[in-house]
Amino acid sequence: MANKQQPSNCSSCGSGGMCQGRGLVTLKDGVWSNNPLAIQILGICSALAVTNRLENSLVMGAALVFVCVGSNLFVSLLRKVTPHRIRMIAEVAIIATFVIIFDQFLKAFYWDMSKQLGPYVGLIITNCIIMGRAEAFALRNPPLLSIVDGVANGIGYAVVLALIGFFRELLGTGAVMGYVLLDGAWYEPNQLMILAPGAFFAMGIIVAVFNALKGPDVEGKR
Amino acid sequence: MNETSALVILFAAVFTNNILLSNFLGVCSFIACSGQIRTALGLGTAVTFVMTMTTMLNFVIYHFVLMPLGLDHLTFIVFIAVIAAFVQFVEMFVERFSPRLYFALGIFLPLITVNCAILGASLFMIIRDYSFVQSVGFGWGGGLGWTLAIVLMAGLRQKMRYSNIPEPFKGVPIAMIVTGVLAMVFMGFAGMMSIQ
Repeated sequence: MANKQQPSNCSSCGSGGMCQGRGLVTLKDGVWSNNPLAIQILGICSALAVTNRLENSLVMGAALVFVCVGSNLFVSLLRKVTPHRIRMIAEVAIIATFVIIFDQFLKAFYWDMSKQLGPYVGLIITNCIIMGRAEAFALRNPPLLSIVDGVANGIGYAVVLALIGFFRELLGTGAVMGYVLLDGAWYEPNQLMILAPGAFFAMGIIVAVFNALKGPDVEGKR
Repeated sequence: MNETSALVILFAAVFTNNILLSNFLGVCSFIACSGQIRTALGLGTAVTFVMTMTTMLNFVIYHFVLMPLGLDHLTFIVFIAVIAAFVQFVEMFVERFSPRLYFALGIFLPLITVNCAILGASLFMIIRDYSFVQSVGFGWGGGLGWTLAIVLMAGLRQKMRYSNIPEPFKGVPIAMIVTGVLAMVFMGFAGMMSIQ
């Protein structure tokens, strides 16, 4: 795991040289070197399901950033008063609360989007990334740093999601968010890419690309 | 209300609308635990059992408790609590009454709480407005379909150990791509029936 550093001296704030340094490390970890989706392979269910269109991917990415930040913040704030034995259920309750807030927000203001994402918004509760961050990071780090970690992991997830969504929509329909990029005159849209198999292919290729870019050190993990 | 017969839903959930290959539910544990056929079968059995029971429980709770009280915005949190409690209960029960079964299934049970296929089945049941019998068919079929997919995958991965795969594709990427091919195979069933 990435977060082997000791809890920092400053217990509650992000100020001071050391904390800022750690903030940057945490940020880079989540977005790139320990990307939850492409490197740790967590939370792939939703990544596969909603990426048939770029728009859906972006909304889902935003949802994850919101829930991850919220749950990390509250798990971290409550970390000293939560008894160890019931921490899991406490984490689930916190996560579910934020998921419900986001779901109600979508239902109230973006009904069409809520219909399209279907059960996958609710399934953020069982997304291993959020639970994983709460367990591995927020439980033993101060609130501000936990927020940074939530943002980093959320963005790391959102970026990969947007990448997959972009290529699937582009190859599957020839257009992205209404802009025609591959002209129908010479490009025959490959319907397979927006169907289920395309999701698996795209995800496999993205993970392989990350593996190749990161070099041979990833190999030991599997 | 949706009029499809429960039997059709059961078969559709196994083949045409496989919960893993067309709805992407439970992919995390699918990738992590598809190394060996025995393990895959154990996990699949546990998932099938828990999924069938929790869709039934959640159906009853949703339609007889949450809806009459107008608490449907609490659906998520109630469903996940029911699932967690049920899994815990089964674990204690199995441990007490059948140690052999406990050793076969025990290690998989805690994993199931965070398996999104379980929660996903309950949520699909609500979205598609199934009746009680339809929900049972869907929960059972969903579990069987998931088991079928993970056992197939485990068989393929056991063979794949001896093949020469390009370096960056080793491990998860090739597993994903093989799953994609598997999903294409299952799309071949699509003309037979479908559920929405």
